[in-house]
Amino acid sequence: MTEEIITTTAERRELISFRVGEQEYCVDIMAVREIRGWSPATTLPQSPGYMRGVINLRGAVLPIMDLACRLGMPVIEPTVRSVFIVVKAGDRMIGMLVDAVSDILSITDDLVQPTPDLACDAVRSFIRGIISIDGRMISEISLDRLLPEREALAA
Amino acid sequence: MDELEAIKVTFFQECEELLADLEGGLLAMQDGNDDGDTVNAVFRAVHSIKGGAGAFGLEPLVRFAHVFETLLDAVRSNEVPATPDLVVTLLRASDVLADHVSSARGLGVVDEAVSAAMAAELKACTDPNAAPAPVAAPVVEAAAFEAAPVAAAPAEALIGADDALDDDDLGFDFQPMTITIDEQAADVAAAVGNVWTVSIRPKSDLYRKANETALLLRELARLGPIEATLDASAIPPLDLLDAEAAYATWTVRLETEEDETAIREVFEFVDGDCDLEITRGEGLNPDAALAALLAGEAPAAAPAAPVAVAEIPAPVVVEAAPEPVAVAPVVEAAPAPVAAPVAQAAPVAAAPAAAKTQQIDVPGPGQSVIRVDPERIDRLIDLVGELVINQAMLAQRVGEYGIAPSSNLAMGLDELEQLTREIQDSVMAIRAQPVKSVFQRMPRLVREVASMTGKQARLVMDGENTEVDKTVIERLSDPITHMLRNAIDHGLESPEERKAAGKNPEGVVRLAALHRSGRIVIEVSDDGKGINRERVHSIAIKKGLISPELQLTDEEIDNLIFLPGFSTADKISDVSGRGVGMDVVKRSVQALGGRISITSRPGQGSTFTLSLPLTLAVLDGMVVDVAGETLVVPLAAIVESLRPKPEEVRPLGPVGSVLAVRDSFVPLIDVGLTLGYREASPPPTEGVVLLVEGEDGSRAALVADAIHGQRQVVIKSLEQNYQQVDGVAAATILGDGRVALILDVDAVISLRRREPPRPVEPTLIAAE
Repeated sequence: MTEEIITTTAERRELISFRVGEQEYCVDIMAVREIRGWSPATTLPQSPGYMRGVINLRGAVLPIMDLACRLGMPVIEPTVRSVFIVVKAGDRMIGMLVDAVSDILSITDDLVQPTPDLACDAVRSFIRGIISIDGRMISEISLDRLLPEREALAA
Repeated sequence: MDELEAIKVTFFQECEELLADLEGGLLAMQDGNDDGDTVNAVFRAVHSIKGGAGAFGLEPLVRFAHVFETLLDAVRSNEVPATPDLVVTLLRASDVLADHVSSARGLGVVDEAVSAAMAAELKACTDPNAAPAPVAAPVVEAAAFEAAPVAAAPAEALIGADDALDDDDLGFDFQPMTITIDEQAADVAAAVGNVWTVSIRPKSDLYRKANETALLLRELARLGPIEATLDASAIPPLDLLDAEAAYATWTVRLETEEDETAIREVFEFVDGDCDLEITRGEGLNPDAALAALLAGEAPAAAPAAPVAVAEIPAPVVVEAAPEPVAVAPVVEAAPAPVAAPVAQAAPVAAAPAAAKTQQIDVPGPGQSVIRVDPERIDRLIDLVGELVINQAMLAQRVGEYGIAPSSNLAMGLDELEQLTREIQDSVMAIRAQPVKSVFQRMPRLVREVASMTGKQARLVMDGENTEVDKTVIERLSDPITHMLRNAIDHGLESPEERKAAGKNPEGVVRLAALHRSGRIVIEVSDDGKGINRERVHSIAIKKGLISPELQLTDEEIDNLIFLPGFSTADKISDVSGRGVGMDVVKRSVQALGGRISITSRPGQGSTFTLSLPLTLAVLDGMVVDVAGETLVVPLAAIVESLRPKPEEVRPLGPVGSVLAVRDSFVPLIDVGLTLGYREASPPPTEGVVLLVEGEDGSRAALVADAIHGQRQVVIKSLEQNYQQVDGVAAATILGDGRVALILDVDAVISLRRREPPRPVEPTLIAAE
């Protein structure tokens, strides 16, 4: 099963693209679990500013991250059109708050260009690469580092 | 082979239980309780392990268990006195046996040298003059205690007349009967030397219980050279043959130095399931013995014969084999159907008696226990959790519609709530287990650590039957292990130091479990030297963990040992001293929503107190509003709730204020401010105050805006998708479907104490 995914990834893979402010980003569709409309989150104390809080996703507690804020941009003001994309990052599920979902892209890896050097640290560590398609510039998010490291818990 | 594997798994599960019984019995002996029952239980445990291991061909385990068992048998028959030293040896042997079991299971390797040395030691302990007890290794411990075999009795009588020393031992008890036999046997021995004649006639029950004559013969062969003769004359013609009946008789001529007891022990497990004759010398003419046996069978069989008549399939066989010469004798020999069931009848007659005893014989308390896949229970618990949330949601909706509490609908909902709660309690009870399963691993740990560190330690355990949810039990083991190690390695002094201090050279480490205000508390205390505060303080400064000018209370100094990278051991030992001990313990405990603290009295010892929630699944809480957020405060922590009067609130210092509660002053803590929900706190008199008590007994008054009421909530992990958050124990889902955070009362108190910030690692204060 995994092998299958890897081979398809090597050839052609699908990405979901979405808007954060005026910029376009995307994530691998295999990581996306669902897309939901905005609902108010319960604020978490002592948390970084990009953590909007937690919501109830069918009985599980799901943290919501403001993607714009995580990338160092101004906080997203949620509107009725805001959505969050539920993604699996490592063994955790998180919701990424974005302005709107655009479309699904089908690309091959040779379309992905390395992140240009001038980008700030936050951007460099969260962006896997940049895809140029139909004159649009879409940055692919690297999910692994999006959430802060868990405090090392004793085994 | 899956089935065999499954049986093996069961065997190892039983081994765990048996090893625990063994250790428990030995510890009881150590405490001076060495009555026959205890010694017998210890013997049986080793014996059963050996038995099972033999069936699976686990040779190293069988060999070691055998030596162990031999010594225990000698103890059992009072040939070797159960001195305290011997019990210590036995305890160490039980550790080696446990290693053998683990190794047979594929977990870990046995240190052969240790095992061999232990075996040699055990052998040395066994009185060389006593009869070793090489016992057979059948699977089923099926000694028929009460049901004296019906068929055997007459045969016994016939042969017993010849040789009176034989007839008492069959089927009643497997205590070695050495009293009269030795004397009488001695006379005979002079005449006939060391030759014994053993006649074995298995009954069908023997095979039904998965025993096997070949195994018996093999065991006999271990006693000395044997010569076995099979008498197959009783086997009926094929068409009359009952495939499940037993017909064969073996006569074995055995030369051995062992006495009759040893020979009888070979048959310990088949007692009552076979007719057994043991005679000294060439003894009876085998034919005579056989004749007697066969004669003996008749009376027993006769009454049962009519029952079996209906079953005769004989005609079919006869028709199917009409002609050839080879089959001829079979056909010829076929008697009238009515006569046929003689052979068959014996097992029929014996069956009820055997069935009765077997029920009694099933070892352990396993009978009324169902083994269930834990995943199924977890799933059930999850579902019930959802049900609770759903029920709360319904209740809230109904409330919103303004339906009168006396209406049928509201009353029905109340009943639903009660039922839900009961279901939840019952489901949780399924998963509750006594902490015994964790505790029983600890005596060994204590022995090993004590011997490694050259200290003398005795473990006293208390409250092993305290029940706690499985989710918690699984995670108790590591912290307890660490705390015990620490108590022995750092807490207890060496025997010399103890003597010098006027204490008993043997230190006492106490491990106790108890329920306290909805939590389980584990205490590990020692009667050692206590924490050397000056040293701890100076080490913490030397290692740069705290700043030198910091003034710390005794309690704070004690809790420095929980700082990461702290270690007071002068040299790094195998046991502890790498400085990864207590901070790891603390973090793993905190991850469970638990707390750990230490109290110490110089010269008298230290006590670690570990407190954990009883379950990681549900919680009774008070729902409150703080700065527009809904929070749940664990009910267990709340002492009372009140609305403060202006004169009860007194300012203290530049920012703080305290609440006067019946002549005592309690610090006021605004939850909203502490958690960062707001910048400035409103006057406490406008809100409500929850008087809470922390784990260490310290009190605080938490200020909230409003109280919504009390509710049972299902605990949802924040860590699963995020991480631990300071001041928050976990999350839950309320009736409106939103997430509410469960307050970590102690963390809130210590967060508050951290203001104004001190130049200390946050963990230091959180430890309190």
